[in-house]
Amino acid sequence: MSVRRLDPNQPESFEFTPENLEWAKGQIAKYPDGRQASAIIPLLWQAQKQHGGWLPEPAIRYVADMLGMAYIRALEVATFYTMFNLTPVGEHFVQVCGTTPCWLRGADEIKDACKKHIGPEKTLSADGKMSWMEVECLGACVNAPMVQINDDYYEDLDGAKMEEIIKALREGKDVTPGPQSSRKTSEPIGGLTTLTEVPGAGGK
Amino acid sequence: MLKDQDRIFTNLYGYDDWGLDGARRRGDWDGTKDIIAKGKDWIIEEMKQSGLRGRGGAGFPTGLKWSFMPKESDGRPHYLVVNADESEPGTCKDREIMRHDPHKLIEGCLLAGFAMNANAGYIYVRGEFIRERERLQAAVDQAYEAGLLGKNAAASGWDFDLYVHHGAGAYICGEETALIESLEGKKGMPRLKPPFPANAGLYGAPTTVNNVESIAVAPTILRRGATWFAGLGRPNNTGTKLFCISGHVNQPCNVEEEMGISLRELIDKHAGGVRGGWDNLLAVIPGGSSVPMIPKSICDDVLMDFDSLKEVQSGLGTAAVIVMDKSTDVIKAIARISAFYKHESCGQCTPCREGTGWMWRVVERMARGEADKSEIDLLLDVTKRVEGHTICALGDAAAWPVQGLIRHFRHVIEERIDSRQGAATVAAE
Repeated sequence: MSVRRLDPNQPESFEFTPENLEWAKGQIAKYPDGRQASAIIPLLWQAQKQHGGWLPEPAIRYVADMLGMAYIRALEVATFYTMFNLTPVGEHFVQVCGTTPCWLRGADEIKDACKKHIGPEKTLSADGKMSWMEVECLGACVNAPMVQINDDYYEDLDGAKMEEIIKALREGKDVTPGPQSSRKTSEPIGGLTTLTEVPGAGGK
Repeated sequence: MLKDQDRIFTNLYGYDDWGLDGARRRGDWDGTKDIIAKGKDWIIEEMKQSGLRGRGGAGFPTGLKWSFMPKESDGRPHYLVVNADESEPGTCKDREIMRHDPHKLIEGCLLAGFAMNANAGYIYVRGEFIRERERLQAAVDQAYEAGLLGKNAAASGWDFDLYVHHGAGAYICGEETALIESLEGKKGMPRLKPPFPANAGLYGAPTTVNNVESIAVAPTILRRGATWFAGLGRPNNTGTKLFCISGHVNQPCNVEEEMGISLRELIDKHAGGVRGGWDNLLAVIPGGSSVPMIPKSICDDVLMDFDSLKEVQSGLGTAAVIVMDKSTDVIKAIARISAFYKHESCGQCTPCREGTGWMWRVVERMARGEADKSEIDLLLDVTKRVEGHTICALGDAAAWPVQGLIRHFRHVIEERIDSRQGAATVAAE
């Protein structure tokens, strides 16, 4: 468990853009009548995206009202699930996987690169563009070590590669997500050991 | 070694088209209607005969699980829920299915849904898998457009709607009743059982929760026959399995292999061997972070299936093989896993909420040698007080890695304590 609290500085109000409102209605329609509370995670997630990567209290109340939920129930959800950022994050939000499979392959190097080039964990960088934090297993363990930056995974990293990615993002350049090595996804890097006889699967 | 023709996930690495055209070329959605025409009982019996055991970690027979659903509806709808909250450290197989072979999962949902009288299914994808969720949604949209989902799905006469849902970063939602709570819009706290989900699950209605891989292999099993699947592997441990090999190997990878392959063959053939050679191996966690580690002496000849690993006091779990070579600080490796469970405990049951933090703090101290040898047995005692005393298995999952450490590497902990005390004595002099 981790103790998570709302940011002391909150905006006055929040409401969805017309596009997001339309989108939210579509989400709510996925669930049976009277079960609209099911949509709370997707809606809070969209609110967080709209609000620059963190979830303010007015947004939690707004979504609770939309779903007919008591505020406390929505607050419980917002504080329980760790992907809801309750305080501001950088425009490029770097989540470093530090769990054992990544740690075995050098996650500490990635953390060091973040400390050196972004700053202390969970604080905005001096230029306000970036922030980073260590998170638990992101589920890309055979491509360790890896990080998630906003919506994308960057895999097969080392300290130097991480430094390059931070530099590129800061300069507004694009970095291709996925493995930062010679492989396409999660196949053995030295060449396929299976699926060589299946048309298409082996890239033939 | 398993032949390619017996592999189910032929687009595991995403070299081919993930979409409907590619899926059809690989044999998906072929004769789905005819399978459904054989009836619910035939499907469930075939799944039972195949010997498929759930691929999410617990290894419960899938066909048997489906048969627990009420045969007739009492007025309540039935639900299929797919557990795509893949978060067990070491595990990254369902991700590949969702982004490279999503139609296998979708076709499996229709067949499983039909077999258990469900007209609706929800796939609960972990929040971090944003791209995978988008890919899966795109595949679901394709299936709707092609008439494979919705009213009269795949011209089978069965109506089936499938929805992609997602979480927001909580390992505990991989526990089936926590997942259901989360899907209902609440905190992911596991429910007391009974009632089991097959009687009262999602929205209080009969529900079956299955892992992505279990559902995705179902269409191929039903097409090729239970006998084919049961002919692979060993009795009670049949079929093929996706293995995720991570850690200190030369070529970490995902691979589909036959159940019961030896651990050494798996690592040597597919993962390029242990870094520095087999003799440089220290230990392996063979089934995701929740199962106890096994030292090299056991790794030498153990087979990778449920029963073989159980015999050596470990488990197949999700078949996520985490390899550690001799450079590894094994106490630190387990301390990091303990930190994971402390972070992910939902806080509902006291033994887990307090115990995970307690175990983590002690193992951390032991990694630094700042402990007394008597604390090793005390720690072991605490793990036994957490294990089996909580609503869900997270307490067990937190206790087992620590037990594995003490069982096989007690001498390392003792040496660490000795060397620290030795250093302290020298400093005092």
